[in-house]
Amino acid sequence: MPLTMLSEGGKAILRSIEGGRQLRSRLAALGLLPGAELEVIQNSGQGPFVIAVKGSRIVIGRGMASRIAVE
Amino acid sequence: MTRTLDKTITVAVAGNPNSGKTTIFNSLTGARQHVGNYPGVTVEWKKGTCKRGDVKLDLVDLPGTYSLTAFSEEELVARDYLLNAAPDVVVNVVDASNLERNLFLTTELLEIGRPLVIVLNMTDVAHDRGLRIDTARLAEKLGVPVVPAIGNRGVGMDDLVEAVMQVAISNASLPGPARVCGESGPGPSTLAIVESRGGPTRVNYGHQVEKVISEIEDLLPEGEHRRWRAIKLVSQDDKVVEGLAVPGTREAITGLAASFAAESNDEPDILMARLRYEFIADICQGVCRVPAIAQTTVSDRIDRVVMHPVWGVPIFLGLMYFAFTLTFSLGNPLMNLIDSGFGYLAGFMSGLWSPGSTSPLKSLIVDGIIGGVGGVVIFLPNIVLLFMAIAILEGTGYMARAAFVMDRFMSKVGLHGKSFIPLLIGFGCTVPAIMATRTLESRRDRLITMMVLPLMSCGARLPIYALMIPAFFPARMQGPALWAIYVTGIILALGGAYVLRSTLFRGENTPFLMELPPYRMPTAASLLVQMWTRAWLYVKKAGTVILGASILLWFLTFYPKPPADYILPAGFDNTTSDSAMVFSEITDPNLARSAELSYSVTGRVGRMLEPLIKPLGFDWRIGTALVGAIPAKELFVAQMGIVFAVGEADETSDQLRAQLRDRYTPLIGFCIMLFALIATPCIATFAITRQEAGSIKWAFAQSFGLTALAWIVTFLVYRGGLLAGLGGG
Repeated sequence: MPLTMLSEGGKAILRSIEGGRQLRSRLAALGLLPGAELEVIQNSGQGPFVIAVKGSRIVIGRGMASRIAVE
Repeated sequence: MTRTLDKTITVAVAGNPNSGKTTIFNSLTGARQHVGNYPGVTVEWKKGTCKRGDVKLDLVDLPGTYSLTAFSEEELVARDYLLNAAPDVVVNVVDASNLERNLFLTTELLEIGRPLVIVLNMTDVAHDRGLRIDTARLAEKLGVPVVPAIGNRGVGMDDLVEAVMQVAISNASLPGPARVCGESGPGPSTLAIVESRGGPTRVNYGHQVEKVISEIEDLLPEGEHRRWRAIKLVSQDDKVVEGLAVPGTREAITGLAASFAAESNDEPDILMARLRYEFIADICQGVCRVPAIAQTTVSDRIDRVVMHPVWGVPIFLGLMYFAFTLTFSLGNPLMNLIDSGFGYLAGFMSGLWSPGSTSPLKSLIVDGIIGGVGGVVIFLPNIVLLFMAIAILEGTGYMARAAFVMDRFMSKVGLHGKSFIPLLIGFGCTVPAIMATRTLESRRDRLITMMVLPLMSCGARLPIYALMIPAFFPARMQGPALWAIYVTGIILALGGAYVLRSTLFRGENTPFLMELPPYRMPTAASLLVQMWTRAWLYVKKAGTVILGASILLWFLTFYPKPPADYILPAGFDNTTSDSAMVFSEITDPNLARSAELSYSVTGRVGRMLEPLIKPLGFDWRIGTALVGAIPAKELFVAQMGIVFAVGEADETSDQLRAQLRDRYTPLIGFCIMLFALIATPCIATFAITRQEAGSIKWAFAQSFGLTALAWIVTFLVYRGGLLAGLGGG
């Protein structure tokens, strides 16, 4: 399911990223690559939201989040 | 170790954004640093020096990056510098409280192969979070010295300098490639500096990948960084692929990489990233003890309030209001002080000549040089204070939250959430606003923001409105007229950004992706250094251009001087009859100055422009004043005063207002304000745009684009107004 479906406090494992190499490698450098554990810190239903990954807090635009599949 | 080395050591400081890299750089160099741009790009370039005994460290602060791919300007700049400039030592600042993620960049730095020193920064924060890092083991496993530090308290700086010097000395005697992990000896530790004797560890990508790497490496021509290039080729890095010059090898190598990519389940770049993280996990094993449960930090609790979907925006606007009113209320008295200081100086210098003297030297000194320098210095208080405010917002970590809060609105016009702050500053002054676009990471966002920024009506335009509005509008209409001008500017800025984004700067939206750094207290020293470097940059880079241009434009409004037998054009004197007047017979000094201006280059240009601006309802007088106001928008009022021969005029001159009312309709009055708002920004904006965009081309694009926009908008408003029957007095 897309990351956007996850509600606040929800934990998941990243499965895949639908996007170009640039996006993929930017996410990978931030620790977001397939297999990474993440937790949704804030998801207000609109606008960008916040996730925790590898000890840092990262803001992700909603559009991008919809292209990240988690489980 | 007895070997002496070159007394100057070049050091590159690398690290993730928010790793405290700048703090470390600042505490090493103090104010002995200067800021510039990397040639041709908008990426900032900071250099500084640090002296210890008779050894001098030349430090370069590389842009903060998470990795060294070819996808962003910052990363390319950083890696090109490391590859080509080959600094003696690379200092990698690592956030101890976020070790794994920060070590990702470290693996890339290890591969580039310059001698490395790791600064384990913010050990206090890590400790508070319950993280325990065995520095000695980390150094041993990575094969490079590790220096624990607390950058914002200056802890560990002496150790760092010591480690850098030792590494520089030992590498001066130890050339050659990095050694493999297994060869590294035991890492004896001395005091806080944990040193490793074995040479840097190599990231091992596992049998299968290593095989491809070495196959590609064999195909590569002799030269430096072969392993690094081979690794980048496996990851299909475009820039390195482009760099393959030898015919034949390119095909062979890309073929190898492609068949490898086809075999693996992952995309090659993701596979390589994953292997890097596996290597890091291996390093962290037994080095770093993480508390069992991830706790909610203080930062998270603050974020719940300031990033609240409902309260976030009002809190942000409230903070901005507070910051800017404080800035301008502290800055304006200083600006007035500077203004009166230069006024005094001008008066004093004028006094050296006999009263009424028309000496060109006096005019050059008083109007040209003192006026020009004053025009540079006058902006300083606001620049310094605004940058103080921005440094605080950035230093505490709030800036990232502000971008988050505003992104919902800004993304509608295709701008980044962070663009909001420069746009807001634009209401005060465009010059610091353009400098503030540095907080934007993407060059495209920066350029778009810079291009539309002059449309945010700055403080210098206010005197124009203050003169014109009471001249043409009854009291009840004055507020709405001012409001209409400001709103027009905002709409044009946002609309312009949208149009630029979907035409000139089309392309995939920069993904909104950023780290929320934990809140921290910035140090006073760091804030002062940032303030000082900004102010100095402004004076040095923009100031020289502004001064030069002001003197040139001064010349253009005073020369050539009319000859004594110059016959003024019919209807020149708008108060008396239109019988021909000879310049030498003019007794009224205001009228004489008006005739001089009319005869000067500026006046001629104004007349030449008349056919162009006639469709807007403007005549040569307005044209002349507009040209004369290019150095600074507020000069428009003074120029109008000269054109209308009322002498020294300011925005409260009723005499000038009466003249304007006689000659123009309220519709034209509104059009003048509109044109002054939109058309070419002041010379200071031009200079700072050239500086910040890295090319004069963008400054010209901005000036011409805005002037064209001003013409179109004013034309539509004027013609529309005439059709609507608003043409009458």
